[in-house]
Amino acid sequence: MKRKLSMHFTRLVAVFAFSMFVLLAGAQEMPHFRWENFTVANGLPNDHVFCVLVEGNRIWAGTENGLGLYENGKWKVFRPADGLAHQAVLSLALDKRTGDLWVGTMGGLSRVSAGRIDNFTQLNSGLSNDIVYGVGVQGDFVWTATAAGASRFNTRTGQWALFNERNTPMYEIWTYAVSPAEDKVYYAVWGGGVLEYDVKTEHWKDYNDPDGETELVLMKDQGLIHEITTSVSYVDKILWVATYFGASRYDGRYWHNFLQKDSGLPSNFLNQTKAVDGNRAWFSTDKGLAYYDGANWAIYRPALDTHKPEMLVRDAAGNVKKIEVQSAPAHNYILGVDFQGDDLWVATAKGLSHGIRQPGSKDTANALQARKLIQKK
Amino acid sequence: MPGLIRSNRKLIACVVPAVALTFILMLLAPAAKPASPQSDAGINQRYLSPIEMAFSLDGRLIYVVCEASDELRVVDIQSGKVVRTVPVGRVPRGITLSPDGRDIYVTNAWSDTVSMIDAATLKTVRTLPTGFEPTGIVSDRSGNTLYVANRLSNDISVIDVSSGQEIKRLVAGRGASYLALSADGKSVYGTHIYPNAGAFRAPPNSEITVIDTTRQSVVERKLLHNVAGVFHVALSADGRLGVAAQLRPKNLIPLAHVEHGWAFADSLILFGDDIGGTIQVPLDELDRYFALPWGVAITPDKSKIFVTTAGSENVTVIDVPKLLDFRRSSARSGKQSFANDLSASANYVTARIQVGHNPRGALLSQDGKRLYVANRLDDNISVIDTATEKVSTIDLGGPKTVNALRRGEQIFFTADYAFQGQFGCANCHLDATIDGLQWDLEPDGFGKDIVDNRSLEDLSGTEPFKWNGGNPDMPTECGPRTEKYFYRSQSYTPQQLTDLVTYVYSLRFRPNRYRLANGELTPAQERGKALFERTKYKNGQQIPENKQCTYCHSGPKYTNQRQFDVGTGKSTDRSPVIDVPQLNNVAYSAPYLHDGSARSLEEIWTVFNPKDMHGVSNDLTKDELNDLIEYLKTL
Repeated sequence: MKRKLSMHFTRLVAVFAFSMFVLLAGAQEMPHFRWENFTVANGLPNDHVFCVLVEGNRIWAGTENGLGLYENGKWKVFRPADGLAHQAVLSLALDKRTGDLWVGTMGGLSRVSAGRIDNFTQLNSGLSNDIVYGVGVQGDFVWTATAAGASRFNTRTGQWALFNERNTPMYEIWTYAVSPAEDKVYYAVWGGGVLEYDVKTEHWKDYNDPDGETELVLMKDQGLIHEITTSVSYVDKILWVATYFGASRYDGRYWHNFLQKDSGLPSNFLNQTKAVDGNRAWFSTDKGLAYYDGANWAIYRPALDTHKPEMLVRDAAGNVKKIEVQSAPAHNYILGVDFQGDDLWVATAKGLSHGIRQPGSKDTANALQARKLIQKK
Repeated sequence: MPGLIRSNRKLIACVVPAVALTFILMLLAPAAKPASPQSDAGINQRYLSPIEMAFSLDGRLIYVVCEASDELRVVDIQSGKVVRTVPVGRVPRGITLSPDGRDIYVTNAWSDTVSMIDAATLKTVRTLPTGFEPTGIVSDRSGNTLYVANRLSNDISVIDVSSGQEIKRLVAGRGASYLALSADGKSVYGTHIYPNAGAFRAPPNSEITVIDTTRQSVVERKLLHNVAGVFHVALSADGRLGVAAQLRPKNLIPLAHVEHGWAFADSLILFGDDIGGTIQVPLDELDRYFALPWGVAITPDKSKIFVTTAGSENVTVIDVPKLLDFRRSSARSGKQSFANDLSASANYVTARIQVGHNPRGALLSQDGKRLYVANRLDDNISVIDTATEKVSTIDLGGPKTVNALRRGEQIFFTADYAFQGQFGCANCHLDATIDGLQWDLEPDGFGKDIVDNRSLEDLSGTEPFKWNGGNPDMPTECGPRTEKYFYRSQSYTPQQLTDLVTYVYSLRFRPNRYRLANGELTPAQERGKALFERTKYKNGQQIPENKQCTYCHSGPKYTNQRQFDVGTGKSTDRSPVIDVPQLNNVAYSAPYLHDGSARSLEEIWTVFNPKDMHGVSNDLTKDELNDLIEYLKTL
């Protein structure tokens, strides 16, 4: 009996040790950044940055008053006087095959091609609406999310196709973001959930509140967390969704939802999600930038109270640790993120931030080991 | 041709006697109707229209692209004889060889393909897809990738040779047409024959599109101010000098000023390290013009540039060191641009060598000793000894007689009839199409009665002409109006006018790329057709007949050949009454409306139809307007 108890205890210890190893190992890999921030003071067109896009060593920032290009340490600004459709730049997409940049603005869609800017508006083209919240490139097609439905522009033939309440299950036409891939195109429809376009069958399907009554899922993981969606990111056949009431992950069969109360999200109010792969994603919230590696979470922001740089790591068990950091993104209110190798570029309401990945895991691990648990759920 | 640009111009009093005389001549010799096949035994002959050339790798053969006969003719240089004829696709326009010389690639403008021909067997081994109306073509140094300039889709196809697939399209200038590979193989330079879209009544702008062959992406666009119509481009062997032929139109002020200056400046754009940026260089002289510079070639030692002037039947020879010296001395004296200084050419143009009708492609032998020029409307090649400038001719074996149609085409493309040889019909109707420009033709003040250039495709049944319908028939349009009003020079003889009219009426529709191959319409096009043909508002009420699309745009050419005020007139127009234009291939002829103020089909209704006078459109949703436009593109 004693021996059995001893074996049982040994197993428990082993399981605990393994669990701790997994947790710590996971936590150790949470990326650690040094943040450099850009504002109008050092050349950014405007501090209110709606979106950011990385093109190799060139960084494009869509702001409230112009499109900025950061290259070789200098900013170049594009505004309507330079040919841009509108000064408020809401979305960006790069055609990696051609190098053309597609720019969604409050006054139409611009194509920036080796310095030449061509504009497509609801008056001079088939674009459904001039307020272009989202844009994405899928082969020869440019998909846009506008305030009056979705548009698809065939860059080879110049033909437009519009998708709205007349030909899709889009009962709200305020499309907010688009994530096109080879097989599927996903739309975040503000107040209308998620729309899925099957490239092969050309059929549309919607994902909404499962009971069809309350706009949000009542039972966790039964469906999309909420119908007020703001962003979609479809990578490795996994769909990530950001809403104003939490985030969702969908693998084609099962939903998994994330809320502030049961995940490492710093807020349920999300402006954007961008997936690294099927397991990892970044979330832009009104209370900081969050990273999820499949088990653990990290938050990067100026502290909500002191505004001092802050990094929080939450492991899979819900343990939260504060990591000592010297810098943080320019503001808590995060609107978008893009990747540059191991680095990050982050659009915030008060500037653009460059997260420079630090030789990380060891430092991070040390920091983790050096700090006491400050919170346990 | 300028004569077909519809305007509201009054014939000034001094022209009336001339018009009357011409009219009498027309009555006496009613030959100004199109010649029928029976009236001219040679009318059905198929001419060759050689337009571009390339050497075989060993330099012993010249491959000649024959645009009108849809074939490649192979000429043995030693004997000066055609040794083979290879059929290709419809309306071939461009040619290049693989770096190893084993494959010949020919673009087929009306087939939207490239014919890949085995140089050993001279058999077509593959047909590769392209964009709309492929024209210029080059291969990269590896031979793995082809770049094809597509004139109607305004882009450049990047084709993977091994798979035969078009892997992507790169945005180019409007009317993308000619390409050249840099000497180091790192860059492709592209030009385009129509100006890029711009603001209404703004000076036209064009570009030289620069592609990085490693990235296969456009990396630079050299902006060409006040330029509309850029043709062949060439690079020097040392890679330090680039040159392209171009037109600088004077379309923003009344063309009546042709007597006081030029309507076009025939010029070159120079770029590269020898220049440091770009500079535009006139080819014309103070009192003599050299219209439509088209083909360009630079000698291997960079001592000379040769330019074919397609409207002036000659080749202009430029001394490059003198040109560069002049450019430097001008800069030293504070003159950064001499683009409009017609006295400048005397400093660097050393010769004008007479060649045949409508000279196009220019090809230099590898040693630079001989220049070959494709005389498109003579079906032969001029061979110029570049040292002595003596010219001999290689006959390509076309029809021996010159029929009415070919005579008319020669008249259409030459500038000989215009005052000082300034321009011909083909200056504005590039390759018998449009020029994408809006012209201030009238001598009635600046900015009055602006007119857009219109398509010439299959005009029979679209009479009358001019934007106000003032010219009842083609002889009137092409004859006295053109002769006296535009050219300010000698008149056509009745026979010449007949020939010209015959040619203009012979121009066919280009293939419509928006129709499905099976002739059916897509669902969007079907919906658009229903809107085009509707007789009722969406609320069920009857649309007045004169506001139904098909009331005015009826018949096979979609015109009832009448004139109406559809609310598109401007305060600067003498009259708001506009002739109903034909709609066939309307997708290709932007901008729109009589004055070109609508930059796209959409703007016709979204901007210029607030009162539903130009058809009922204000009850349409955006989806429906898109459908309507998709249908219009199929016409």
